[in-house]
Amino acid sequence: MSAIEIHNLSKCFAKTKAVDNVSFCVEKGELFGLIGPDGAGKTTLFRLLTTLLNPDSGNAKVDGCDIVEDYIAIRSRVGYMPGRFSLYPDLTVEENLQFFAALFGADVEESYELIAPVYKHIEPFRARRAGKLSGGMKQKLALSCALIHRPSVLFLDEPTTGVDAVSRSEFWDMLACLKEKGLTILVSTPYMDEALRCDRIALCNEGRVLCIDTPKEIIRRFERKLYGISAKSMFRLLEKARKATGVEDCYPFGEKHHLVVNDKFDVESFKIELGDIEGLQIVSVESTIEDMFIKLMK
Amino acid sequence: MNDVVISVRELTKCFGDFTAVDHISFDVHRGEIFGFLGANGAGKTTAMRMLCGLSYPTSGTGSVVGYDVMHEGDKIKRSIGYMSQRFSLYNDLTVWENMFLFAGIYGLTKKETEKRATELLARLNFASERDTLVGSLPLGWKQKLSFVIATIHRPRVVFLDEPTGGVDPITRRQFWEMIYEATEEGTTIFVTTHYMDEAEYCSRVSIMVDGEVRALDTPARLKKQFATDSMDGVFRILARGAHRGE
Repeated sequence: MSAIEIHNLSKCFAKTKAVDNVSFCVEKGELFGLIGPDGAGKTTLFRLLTTLLNPDSGNAKVDGCDIVEDYIAIRSRVGYMPGRFSLYPDLTVEENLQFFAALFGADVEESYELIAPVYKHIEPFRARRAGKLSGGMKQKLALSCALIHRPSVLFLDEPTTGVDAVSRSEFWDMLACLKEKGLTILVSTPYMDEALRCDRIALCNEGRVLCIDTPKEIIRRFERKLYGISAKSMFRLLEKARKATGVEDCYPFGEKHHLVVNDKFDVESFKIELGDIEGLQIVSVESTIEDMFIKLMK
Repeated sequence: MNDVVISVRELTKCFGDFTAVDHISFDVHRGEIFGFLGANGAGKTTAMRMLCGLSYPTSGTGSVVGYDVMHEGDKIKRSIGYMSQRFSLYNDLTVWENMFLFAGIYGLTKKETEKRATELLARLNFASERDTLVGSLPLGWKQKLSFVIATIHRPRVVFLDEPTGGVDPITRRQFWEMIYEATEEGTTIFVTTHYMDEAEYCSRVSIMVDGEVRALDTPARLKKQFATDSMDGVFRILARGAHRGE
């Protein structure tokens, strides 16, 4: 039995198909990432799986329980950290933790070992009100509260959005630690670079899943030759490169533009075709999750 | 040199005995995309508020488009463009009405606004949508529109705060293309962001730690200097040494 099984799940809001015929499974103990921009349907999918919304069609099971029929059973088995901070700002760190433990009939001491990798970072501030914590500390408290009843499946909706790069990296280290303890984790993020920290990922956009696989396999499936090009005027380079022979696509990619080419492409002829572009550099580069995302969106 | 759009020397801001911004110095040149990075609490927002004329420094000097940050905050506010990370156009006004509203705030006449708005919409290929309510536009279009409206009064520098957070990869690239085009024409872009991939698009990047500018160079040279292959790596090496909490 998979930890999460989703079959043809759909949910509309007025004319918007927020979740559009989505199917996939998450295995027990897996760290699974939903990667996509705003409007991809990530939050709606979380709300469906945590029984806060009912689907229009399709069905899903979480830890063996149906999301419509067995919603009460699911609520005690899952931990959910919504995208917005939703703890009580006027309770202290410790009071929030005790409050959530009480709601679930759990005991802070019994759960201490599970939450320790997360909670130990904020324990020195246990008498501070939650509203006075920094962004990174709030996020750690929210995760501690989501873990207090020792759930089997953890749902984390954009836990790292708005958090600086150092705290983000620490957060992923904590997730790896929780995974070691046997938890199944479904986590969403708009940051493509975080995809690499997951066992498997689903790339999603506008309610649909574009593809599902391990990050490595998704990168391999790009299957196109890719170059990174740069010049003094990045704008002129982009315009000219797009018109060159054998160029399928060219788009900005940080310091370089990525150039997707076919068999008709030849580096030397390309340079000649571009003509007077000052400071032209061209190097072969490896594709990334984001290149694949762009390819799948087109 | 009139090629310098922003220039600060030893700029400092204290709140009581806390030094939020600690003697920072740098120049930003015409047509640059200047990335302004720092961990939460490093002093970025305080520094940016001084550059936008919203707060006065405790000590040090600085000028933005030729105006003194110590005495000419109001002139600075009138002369810069600003695009917030939160979408800040009016959803229940049309594209055209939003353009008129912001042009009016910046003191453009009706005639000037008509000319400028028509020109900007034509450039975006967006003339057919001038009477569409902004609320009904897709996110990517809203963002592009926010940027052109931030440039409606032809500012020499535009401040962007996490311009492409949460946006899909294709729309994000269309946005950067628009930025490249603007810099080509001499507009200077000052970007603050948490997204290291946004930093990679910048001509030069500064990284603040504990109120100081700890690194300032092109992304390529910073990566070389810190022997890492991404700006994320550079940032982590610098920010890990921070003493100040978020």
